[in-house]
Amino acid sequence: MLRFILRRFLETIPVLFVIATATFFMLRLVPGGPFTAEKAVSKEILQNLQAHYGLDKPLLVQYGNYLWDITPKKLAPWRLFADADRNGTPDFDLKAAFGVDLGPSFKYPNRTVNEIIADKLPASLELGLWALSVALLIGITLGVLAAMKKNTGLDYAASTLAMVGICVPTFVMGPLLVLLFALKFGWFNASGWYFASDRVLPAATLGLVYAAYIARLTRGGMLEVLNQDYIRTARAKGASETRIVLKHALRGGLLPVITFLGPAIAGIISGSFVIETIFQIPGLGREFVNSAFNRDYTLVIGTVLLYAVLIVTLNLLVDIVQVWLNPRLKFE
Amino acid sequence: MRVFFPILPAFRSALVRLLPIPVACTALFFAACSKSSSPADSSAAAGKKILLVGNGAEPQDLDPHIVTGVPEHHIIMSLIEGLVTEHPSGVGVAPGTAERWEHSDDGLVWTFHLRADAKWSNGDPVTARDFVRSYERMLSPAIASQYAYFLFHVVGAEEVNKGELKDFSQTGFSAPDDRTLVVRLKKPVPFLLESLKHYAWFPVHIPTVEKFGGLTKPGTAWTKPGNFVGNGPFVLAEWKPNQHILVTKSPTYWNAASTKLDGVKFLPVDNSETEERMFRTGQLHITGGLPIPKIKVYREQHPAEFRSDDYYGTSFLRLNLNKKPLDDVRVRRALALSIDREAYVKVLEGGQKPAFHFTPESPGYSPRERLSHDVAEARRLLAEAGYPDGKNFPPLELLYVTSNAGKQLAEVLQQMWRTSLGINVSLRNEEWKVYLASQESMNYSIARAGWIGDYPDPHSFLDMWVTGGGNNLTGYSNPEYDRLLASALAAPDDAARMEIYQKLDAFLMRDLPVIPVNFYKTIHAISPRVKGWTANLLDNHGWQYLDLAE
Amino acid sequence: MVKNPTASGSVSDEKPRSPWRDAWLRLRRNRLAFIGGIFVLVLAFVCVVVPPFLPFSYEEQNLALGATPPSGTHWLGTDELGRDLLSRLLYGGRISLMVGLVASLVALTIGVTYGAIAGYVGGKVDALLMRVVDILYALPFTIFVILIMVFLKEPMNQLDAWLRQFSWLSNLQGIGKIVGLFAAIGAVEWLTMARIVRGQVLTVKKMEYIEAAKTLGYGHARIIFRHIVPNVLGPVIVFTTLTIPAVMMLESFLSFLGLGVDAPLSSWGTLIKDGADKMENFPWLLIFPGGVFACTLLALNLLGDGLRDALDVRSAKD
Repeated sequence: MLRFILRRFLETIPVLFVIATATFFMLRLVPGGPFTAEKAVSKEILQNLQAHYGLDKPLLVQYGNYLWDITPKKLAPWRLFADADRNGTPDFDLKAAFGVDLGPSFKYPNRTVNEIIADKLPASLELGLWALSVALLIGITLGVLAAMKKNTGLDYAASTLAMVGICVPTFVMGPLLVLLFALKFGWFNASGWYFASDRVLPAATLGLVYAAYIARLTRGGMLEVLNQDYIRTARAKGASETRIVLKHALRGGLLPVITFLGPAIAGIISGSFVIETIFQIPGLGREFVNSAFNRDYTLVIGTVLLYAVLIVTLNLLVDIVQVWLNPRLKFE
Repeated sequence: MRVFFPILPAFRSALVRLLPIPVACTALFFAACSKSSSPADSSAAAGKKILLVGNGAEPQDLDPHIVTGVPEHHIIMSLIEGLVTEHPSGVGVAPGTAERWEHSDDGLVWTFHLRADAKWSNGDPVTARDFVRSYERMLSPAIASQYAYFLFHVVGAEEVNKGELKDFSQTGFSAPDDRTLVVRLKKPVPFLLESLKHYAWFPVHIPTVEKFGGLTKPGTAWTKPGNFVGNGPFVLAEWKPNQHILVTKSPTYWNAASTKLDGVKFLPVDNSETEERMFRTGQLHITGGLPIPKIKVYREQHPAEFRSDDYYGTSFLRLNLNKKPLDDVRVRRALALSIDREAYVKVLEGGQKPAFHFTPESPGYSPRERLSHDVAEARRLLAEAGYPDGKNFPPLELLYVTSNAGKQLAEVLQQMWRTSLGINVSLRNEEWKVYLASQESMNYSIARAGWIGDYPDPHSFLDMWVTGGGNNLTGYSNPEYDRLLASALAAPDDAARMEIYQKLDAFLMRDLPVIPVNFYKTIHAISPRVKGWTANLLDNHGWQYLDLAE
Repeated sequence: MVKNPTASGSVSDEKPRSPWRDAWLRLRRNRLAFIGGIFVLVLAFVCVVVPPFLPFSYEEQNLALGATPPSGTHWLGTDELGRDLLSRLLYGGRISLMVGLVASLVALTIGVTYGAIAGYVGGKVDALLMRVVDILYALPFTIFVILIMVFLKEPMNQLDAWLRQFSWLSNLQGIGKIVGLFAAIGAVEWLTMARIVRGQVLTVKKMEYIEAAKTLGYGHARIIFRHIVPNVLGPVIVFTTLTIPAVMMLESFLSFLGLGVDAPLSSWGTLIKDGADKMENFPWLLIFPGGVFACTLLALNLLGDGLRDALDVRSAKD
């Protein structure tokens, strides 16, 4: 097991390297630099700005500096949550914890990318976790019910609901929910991330799509198990239906869900771009899209790297859990 | 390694079943960690009057010598006060840090007398020397301020900015004593007072800036809450990027007694549909704009909350004179005459006026040379230029900034040209920064553009088009135009000056490096609780004059 | 007279049934999937054939009219510039369906080739190729699609400008952008296809009739095309049918971010995006495009599910 974990961990390093290099060159070699402003800029001013951000050095030197800056140079993860400015909330200080410096932002001259990420990441993580919880809770419940009452009205209703969830884009679902629950009924705020109740609509919009997929997967997986011979044996032996479902079928239903967790997390992360825009959530997704459009090189690279690390790590965890549950997978 | 295997399948399944729980717990952990303070919540609870304002984009920074945008202007206005400030009526200037001023007969020497009780937010008095050193910073090549040219009317300013003059004491800025500031100009500038309201002329607290990285380093930490020191009616209390900026009433402001609000919260909402929804649920008192479909609804059904005022600016099309066939004035004129401006402004819904001349009207100035809507003439010109009915017309692109409204309006223009002239213009949209880069590198054919006057005088519209002007970007070069413009400031009186501007506008409408389309209107949804809001041509409102009723 | 027992048409009148025919019959029995398939075909037909016969074009503006609800002249209403929604919907359908189909085919071509080679050659080559797939699978793809579209905008604009010089292409505005969409989306969706195909090829390779074919001396090409490919087709068809809606969803997502096709062309994605903004005031602008979009995705998903059941395929994209 340990060897498996180590092997997979080492495999992630070339992935991250490829991503970092690809993003760096994609940004540098494409027209449209980061330095244009509302009023025309003279040559001297432009030179000064470029020197400030280190853009006047040759490309390979920039690349080398960049690689050095983003490589973790120390391992102090306890520093990650230290409350440096003592305002009661933990700050993600990547520099103190791992020695990773993502450079100054181009668009916001007095802030570094580390700061911006530290600021915005918690909101996105929170949104993602709520959405995932919604997806799992609703999806698994719906899937179990559908499987248990197969081919009844409930099954068809659940399956239809699931289908709708898959086919309606989030940027339609979001405003619809806002229209209904925030504007018509006034139960929630239309946007913002202040109250606890502000989490509901965004998480629901993002989570319902994945709830739909998960419901289908759970239902499918459980049905596969329920068709097996040993279930018939258990029934013949007199085991109660609940016991059968919870003890045997559920496991079969959850295995495909776990496999799906990887793509689901990637999907939730990319879905967050849209949700954060619709609901004005101060998260990293919106920041990423804006920085891509604004050619804010350092911020784009910083966010891409962060997402890559996040996804890669989570995929690794999911794989490990899968292998732990089903050791045969180690050899595939 | 073998240790993991003996775990019973039942345990594993139970673990899997319980998966959502730790997930939910982690989520709760993060929820507990992130601070929650709703805008409406905190103000209502503490009984404080906090005005909630939708401010468009997240500001780049709050350093007046670095920023270039309108959202930044609104916030900085609350934190720093210049020599003069906005008048409560919305028109003209009111004394700010300077309580009175006078100028020499030839208009070249201005003397400002600062008030005795002008203080920085940390208690230091505001001195004339603060202003002189601020201007030194503003003009220093190292700061690379993009509004440095605003100060070029002052003797020696341009030379300092170009690095030719190193000794700042040789410029026209001087402080004979703590409370007197003297400014010597190269030429008389009739609109000087109005232009002093712009943040390019604002002072900064020198010791603070020096403490955080030095006077000539841009983008330092001095603008962060807790560090920021200003002399305006409010102080910087909180800055949560992309969430809000909170400024609270400054006790050291000289006019603190008449500042009625306890604070202003600026929310950077960049989506106008979201902003409007926030207004409806009470999360905003003032919006920065309204989505076009909603304008009619508000105007007809909620007139008490709807505000539409003239905005001193023109929406126009920039033409790249270096690109064929735009180098032929007949083609340009054909494009200009075939736009149905009346129908176009109907789409905007805000009551905007069509623009048949470039410079907007202002008191004492109404351009005489105008365009018209004449499709027959446009077609004749196009045929004369060699493209009857649009045959063989080279492909052109219309560049615009990515936005819902921008797309709509670009499509309208595209269709108008297609139906009346028979030519195909394709659309190209780019983000703000990329769009600016395209224009600056002349990598465009036709570009939708807008210009808001930096001060309410025709000069701010007409000085754009000098040869090589930083905002020209069309390739237009007319020595006669340049000469006339330079002579405008030396005109004997206002009437003569306005006549010169008439000639300049006429040049523009004959040579057509630009095609004016419509004049702007500012559109806001404003809660009836807001008192003291007056129309302002540049949409700059002194926050110290506003009040929030119950 | 002696009657020929076989001529009476009872027992041995049945033709020998191929597995394809079995699958087809199973599919026909699955009502939902069948309806879904018919729906998509009819819709595609309408989008391709009908538009030139409509009274209004998709770009004709009527500024005085503005946005109007469905009426006798404009069956689905008009948008804020007075353009007929029905026409825009059908022309938009052309684009959306085309993007969905072509991008899926791009993904299919890349994926099948890659997976087939990996599976057939096997050994170290297979291990290496699949390692690459694993690595790529871990990438945050939507992020890269966004980056690609953002940074390809400029080159695509230049490509458009160059293509427009050819007057016979001048009617196809924005074609560079669309090609970019195909490439970006297709480049992202091929991975799972490659995995599936490789898995299938590996399974089939072990079958005895392949051994037999090899012993008989059949060449590689013949084995691949006559024996392996037909058995791989099942999952490929299913997966392609299920990729098309995913691609269409991705296209609408990109349109929301402003990376879709250029005006005045419309795709369902851009129509939905515009409609979502104006949902309160002009609900028909969202209901019709959104409804058609959702129904098409639904139909394709049902069809894909039905095909999966009919072809008895496991572990296809879920």
